[in-house]
Amino acid sequence: MMEYIQILGSEVYKILFLLVPILVSVAMIVWLDRRVWGLVQKRKGPNVVGPFGLLQTLADALKYIFKEIIIPASANKTVFILAPIVTMTLALVAWAVIPMSEELVLSDINVGILYLFAVSSLGVYGIIMGGWASNSKYPFLGAIRSAAQMVSYEVSIGIIIINVLLCVGSLNLKDIVLAQKELWYVIPLFPMFVIFFISALAETNRPPFDLPEAEAELVAGYQTEYSGMMYAMFWLGEYANILLMCAIGSILFLGGWLPIIDIYPINIIPAPVWMILKILFLFFLFALIKAIVPRYRYDQLMRLGWKIFLPFSLIYLVFTASFLFYFDKLPKGNF
Amino acid sequence: MLAHSVFFYFFSVIAIFSSLMVITSRSTVNSVFFLILDFISVGCLFIMVGAEFLGMIILIVYVGAVAVLFLFVVMMLNVAEQKQSWFIGKKSTHIPIGLIVSVLILLELLVVVGGWKYKDDLMSSSTLNLSDISNTHQLGLVMYTDYILYFQLAGVILLLSMIGAILLTFRQRKGVKKQSYFNQISRNPASSIELRNVESNKGVKIDD
Repeated sequence: MMEYIQILGSEVYKILFLLVPILVSVAMIVWLDRRVWGLVQKRKGPNVVGPFGLLQTLADALKYIFKEIIIPASANKTVFILAPIVTMTLALVAWAVIPMSEELVLSDINVGILYLFAVSSLGVYGIIMGGWASNSKYPFLGAIRSAAQMVSYEVSIGIIIINVLLCVGSLNLKDIVLAQKELWYVIPLFPMFVIFFISALAETNRPPFDLPEAEAELVAGYQTEYSGMMYAMFWLGEYANILLMCAIGSILFLGGWLPIIDIYPINIIPAPVWMILKILFLFFLFALIKAIVPRYRYDQLMRLGWKIFLPFSLIYLVFTASFLFYFDKLPKGNF
Repeated sequence: MLAHSVFFYFFSVIAIFSSLMVITSRSTVNSVFFLILDFISVGCLFIMVGAEFLGMIILIVYVGAVAVLFLFVVMMLNVAEQKQSWFIGKKSTHIPIGLIVSVLILLELLVVVGGWKYKDDLMSSSTLNLSDISNTHQLGLVMYTDYILYFQLAGVILLLSMIGAILLTFRQRKGVKKQSYFNQISRNPASSIELRNVESNKGVKIDD
């Protein structure tokens, strides 16, 4: 029995060691997002609370904690309360398999990329549950939009992942990164990287695909009826998901924790720093796009997903497979 | 082993409880939520016996896609009202069909539980090699070599059902203007602006 408690203790310690930095970085990333957004529009953005406004998110969080949680009278209470919890949990649970360096990973499972894909496809439940349980028009419309959007863009993300897997020959995230030692996949699979990035924007409901919460037509979409801490949980979950998408993008295409070139002055920078830099770079692109691109119309969004991205990534998949087969570059695997 | 069995009983109790709740719960949306819980715990059980690929596929396909569509349908249709009219109102044609299907499924289950075995040659594969390869690799080795026919057949069946569903809901609407991005972008002043001299008191006819 003692043994189990010891194992449990060390696991809990490891999990906290992973979760606390993620929550802190989510707070920082919100600040970065607003700051970039502001600077693009020639405003200053949040710059009052703390040095450079760094503590702005903390102040916001405090504000949310002290606000009253209002549950609409006709809402389905259980589901209403469960929805933000589901969103938040799923966004955090996925980080268990993200490798920050060759050793620094909580759980190194065989089917890592499938796990990430599964967890990110479960993310839609938080939104549907929130929208349905609110028992109100706008949240429901927002939830339905978002569910359709996420399900359609998942398809092309899946095919993009298959593209990468063909080159790697393993579902393990560590193997995926180590296979990019010579060449990051962003170079041979550049079109896939672009499509992955755009699909990630749609998957996380970021502008220009933020239709589920389009203010002009849907108030605030699925989170209209939420207030106080429950709203904050949706919000944290959303940003944790965005960070997760950036992490997946950097693992699949930007060589994870690998340095740009493996020569002396550059490769003494520790691996996690490279990983964080790549995540930040992708997030910076996310923030820029939020500032410069107008919102899509819903039918345009669906057209882009089903009629352009899906066929294109399928064709590219055939191309990759035939290229690898013809030049005998298919991964042989260690079996 | 203790931890293993604790987790096994945890997930199986959840699976059994939630599958009971699927058929007993009053609200249809709740039963879909329980169905999702059931799928998730079955997926976890698959992972526990070492079939991590199958477990993940169950999570992705059933929970991530199929159950979302179930939820959609159940939320949009007024299923509760429908159910009321079946049980209280006039006799329904759905119940006998449902009964036939469920009796068939029960019979199939009985056949499987009763110890029917696959033919030997279906089980013994030339490429299957029960060493310590990960089961994703094993599936890949067998799926596209020995079972390619079944794999393709399953794909064709899915394609057929997809085409069927599209045909059922497809309707061509007349008189609807469609946006053509290509035409929009390739317009230029020469093709879209026309200068006319308008005679006074005559006006110009502008087509639609």
